[in-house]
Amino acid sequence: MPRVCSKIFSNEQVSGDFYLMKAECPNDARMGQFYMIRAWETYPVLSRPVSVFDTDGKTVSFLYKVVGKGTEIFAGLKAGGEITLEGPLGNTFPDLSGKIAMVGGGVGIAPFYLTARELKARHPESRIDLYLGFSDQALLVDDYRKAADNVIVDVGGFITDSIDPALYEHIFTCGPEIMMRVLYEKCRRAGAGDRLYVSMENRMACGVGACFVCSCKTSKGNKKVCKDGPVFPGKEVFGL
Amino acid sequence: MSDCLYTDFAGISFKNPVVLASGTCGFGREYSEIFDIERLGGIASKGLTLNARGGNEGIRVWETASGLMNSVGLENPGVREFIRRELDWVNGLDLVNIVNLGGHSMEDYIEGAELLNDVKLDILELNISCPNVKAGGMNFGVKTEVARDVVRRIRRVCRHRLVVKLSPNAEDIVSLARACEEEGADGISLVNTFLAMAIDIQKRKPVFENTYAGLSGPAIKPVALRMVHQAAKAVSIPVMGMGGIVSWQDAIEFIMAGATVVQIGTGSFIKPSIALDVIDGTRAFLDSKGIGNISEIRGSV
Repeated sequence: MPRVCSKIFSNEQVSGDFYLMKAECPNDARMGQFYMIRAWETYPVLSRPVSVFDTDGKTVSFLYKVVGKGTEIFAGLKAGGEITLEGPLGNTFPDLSGKIAMVGGGVGIAPFYLTARELKARHPESRIDLYLGFSDQALLVDDYRKAADNVIVDVGGFITDSIDPALYEHIFTCGPEIMMRVLYEKCRRAGAGDRLYVSMENRMACGVGACFVCSCKTSKGNKKVCKDGPVFPGKEVFGL
Repeated sequence: MSDCLYTDFAGISFKNPVVLASGTCGFGREYSEIFDIERLGGIASKGLTLNARGGNEGIRVWETASGLMNSVGLENPGVREFIRRELDWVNGLDLVNIVNLGGHSMEDYIEGAELLNDVKLDILELNISCPNVKAGGMNFGVKTEVARDVVRRIRRVCRHRLVVKLSPNAEDIVSLARACEEEGADGISLVNTFLAMAIDIQKRKPVFENTYAGLSGPAIKPVALRMVHQAAKAVSIPVMGMGGIVSWQDAIEFIMAGATVVQIGTGSFIKPSIALDVIDGTRAFLDSKGIGNISEIRGSV
């Protein structure tokens, strides 16, 4: 897991609190993985876990939302500046084919750009529907349309209302825990509980599995979101 | 040994006096994939308890100005699983293997220490900053006489080198350090985290399920340094100093305050291999001053 000081190519406000940052960084990042990022010395103490939005092998980009001190600093970074990247970290979404739905809420849409692109490239015959839920403003929808077969957008409502789990062989989700829980319940009732994969988020300190800060309860005991995850079978996390 | 960083701690040879602190480095495996951990003087294992623990509910980490509060709650696989799954691997490394043991009752401490008697390790670090469930959750390490009783009873059964890790929440850190020495500890380590708090003002509730959590990081360094200085002056057994060390300058301050070994915890979250920078910087400092061995500056202040 390399730690590199990377040059920022671009760092632009997409909408409201959402930003897209692209940095120079040779990488083999895969769908669903994340980096620990920092752009400061010792304060804040912790780096910030941010999932990979996209990669071309030479650059990596991140869609992030300003929620606190660290992401505020990120938002102020300029092209040509530097950030420290540790990663890619964590596991990936499973390499599956067929009829696939990806359900993202808020900044939880971030991993699905690369995930849709990667799965489409591996399995061109697959059909990928992207469900994107936003609280006040949709973003990057045109970009997501290029990555998937169909994009369904909800603003201000519940994106989980838009999906019929029975139509899909596999369902991936990332977003607020309550959204993922509701989706799991909906899948379970449709007899599709086994088809759901969730990408969990948690506060992290080390990011590599050493500190037990990001533990998540699962049906197979405590798991480390950073190392064992962030992607877990939905049933293991929400089927307790 | 002619290396300027070579350090003897209670008869145990450290190639350098820099150790990763318990709870911040797991059992070493994860960091071993990131940097050459055999360059370290040693590692202190994740705090073990007799039986496995799932740890605390709710938020486990919270940042504060130059520091970090944690409430992990000693999530660990238990002593037996550690012995089965991790111990041989750690013993295979060229560094000092420090195993950290906690307990929530006297019986648990004793049984844990007895189990560890039968295996190879270099130092048993006894964490006395745990709540005693049979005494209303009062931390074993706050009152000198309560802590003395734990150290005395563990010393009676423990056949390994015994280092007692002190809580800065102790009523009297100097008398606690002296009690450890009187009860036969081979060394002491300090400080563990400071009891601290954060409040979510929107929810009007504590951030942590347990209300209080342990503060670490650069925020505590000056207080930790003062406590190490006081404790080191009060005892003749060696001291492992820690609390907010993130640079070689910090490490040298602790050595000058009287620490024989320093531990780095929260600093590893700033940069996983920060301990290696501390080692290199300390060596360069000693070389630049023409100091033959780090012991020459130990306790010099």
